[in-house]
Amino acid sequence: MKANGSVFKYGDNVDTDVIIPARYLNSSDPAELATHCMEDIDTDFIKKVKKGDIIVANKNFGCGSSREHAPIAIKAAGVSCVIAETFARIFYRNAINIGLPIIECPEASSGIEAGDEVEIDFDSGIITNKSRGTTFQGQPFPEFMQKIIKAEGLINYINNK
Amino acid sequence: MGMTMTQKILAAHAGLDKVAAGQLIEADLDLVLGNDITSPVAIKEMDKMNTTGVFDKDKIALVPDHFVPNKDIKSAEHCKCVREFAYRNEITNYFEVGEMGIEHALLPEKGLTVAGDVIIGADSHTCTYGALGAFSTGVGSTDMAAGMATGKAWFKVPAAIKFNLVGKLNKWVSGKDVILHIIGMIGVDGALYKSMEFVGEGVKNLSMDDRFTIANMAIEAGGKNGIFPVDEKAIAYMKEHSKKTYTIYEADSDAAYEKEYTIDLAALRPTIAFPHLPENTKTIDEIKEPVIIDQVVIGSCTNGRIDDLRCAAEVLKGKKIKKGMRCIILPATQSIYLQAMEEGLLRIFIEAGAVVSTPTCGPCLGGYMGILAAGERCVSTTNRNFVGRMGHVDSEVYLASPAVAAASAVTGQISSPYEL
Ligand code: SF4
Repeated sequence: MKANGSVFKYGDNVDTDVIIPARYLNSSDPAELATHCMEDIDTDFIKKVKKGDIIVANKNFGCGSSREHAPIAIKAAGVSCVIAETFARIFYRNAINIGLPIIECPEASSGIEAGDEVEIDFDSGIITNKSRGTTFQGQPFPEFMQKIIKAEGLINYINNK
Repeated sequence: MGMTMTQKILAAHAGLDKVAAGQLIEADLDLVLGNDITSPVAIKEMDKMNTTGVFDKDKIALVPDHFVPNKDIKSAEHCKCVREFAYRNEITNYFEVGEMGIEHALLPEKGLTVAGDVIIGADSHTCTYGALGAFSTGVGSTDMAAGMATGKAWFKVPAAIKFNLVGKLNKWVSGKDVILHIIGMIGVDGALYKSMEFVGEGVKNLSMDDRFTIANMAIEAGGKNGIFPVDEKAIAYMKEHSKKTYTIYEADSDAAYEKEYTIDLAALRPTIAFPHLPENTKTIDEIKEPVIIDQVVIGSCTNGRIDDLRCAAEVLKGKKIKKGMRCIILPATQSIYLQAMEEGLLRIFIEAGAVVSTPTCGPCLGGYMGILAAGERCVSTTNRNFVGRMGHVDSEVYLASPAVAAASAVTGQISSPYEL
């Protein structure tokens, strides 16, 4: 499985309140949540994002609340993968549980800029910055998590068991 | 190598003699929690599962508290979804408006969380129950769905950081100042993926309400959980509130900690987190320029307990809130509300010019009842001050203790309770 897209780049501590502000949490519809994705940090995001695009950020991406609406909004906005130096732990769990691919890779996080074209090979964990001709080795998921991701989320994984 | 308190609880719930940091385990759950925002998503996920119902109707707690009493039609639909699910599955611990409270204040009060439990909640501040010596942690809605159906959850066993507390807090310094000090010191990702283990002779000097506040904000340092040893105060609290059997786990003497810090409680000062991260802390003495404010909020799962209201009342007694300021006080549960009424605290608040509301998360997450306009500033006893957290993206939230918040309400700028 591969992802291909251009990059939206953010800094440290992107929190769930800016990914999807609480004022929109009276809805749980993915399509509706997606229309407000990243609104409080980047009003252009939702206007510009195309299917397959990639978010790259620095440390502690997704910190704050446990709202699964955050990875849901990102996934529903069409984003194919989030790469960060580190993720906040509840966001990390939630992303895996709903089947949004995420990769921790400090080198990629510092070696990729906004607008770069990036390809990710999920099987090998290799991230290629096509705009700059560089590659990075992302951290592969432990086997248990790979099973959840292959099943496309925790619910299917449990159903299949 | 021995195990930490957290690791021992996890090992026991995974049916293992030993676990080590980094190990993936599946653990049995003693309680699964959800609120009006996260439960509807979980209920939708559960509908997709090949399951006939919940694993144990007594081990699920559903607490509509964020937009409750319903702030609009969409919130009403969410609450209806939770209510119908609760009735359909005969959930014992579903709390309707008149008996509710903010989940993390309510569950310990109702005796649903005790020492030795493994608890997950689809709310990040589920870490609060570590104050009682439980392993409790926030998860998302899918984990909640899987937990409600199977009674199990997967965990990566966390490594630990030890916080050795010594000495005793001074007047007007509280658990909020302890945890803000720690977050300022280690940063908002300082405990990422780790358990924060609070130990030391200073623990006995902290009230249970202080401990709840400290454990509550472990997540603001990125922690997986925060946990306190079980001492006489914790046992007395559980005996008063709960009929559940509790189990005391103690860390091994040779348990491994990645880092250790010693914190002298007597040296701490009232501490405030400036916008827009809980790690941007300053002590009251370090604030040189006046910070003029528009609103004060006293409440939330962090600081809406009776000790917090007593402290605010002590500051506000016989004083007036500055003209032009709004001060909103939210007791965290119905029984705290009642107690505050009986102790005469509500009268003090209202006579000072504050509004006192029914228990709700409301303003804490920018939901309703206290939303900030562009350019406005609020001193709040809540736990997050991210961009837009309480309203407009150009508004600002300053996190503080009830004492600082109340003092600031009187003067209209961030103020020390010592100088009123
Ligand atoms: S009071 Fe605030 S932090 Fe606590 S549960 Fe409610 S919204 Fe979350």
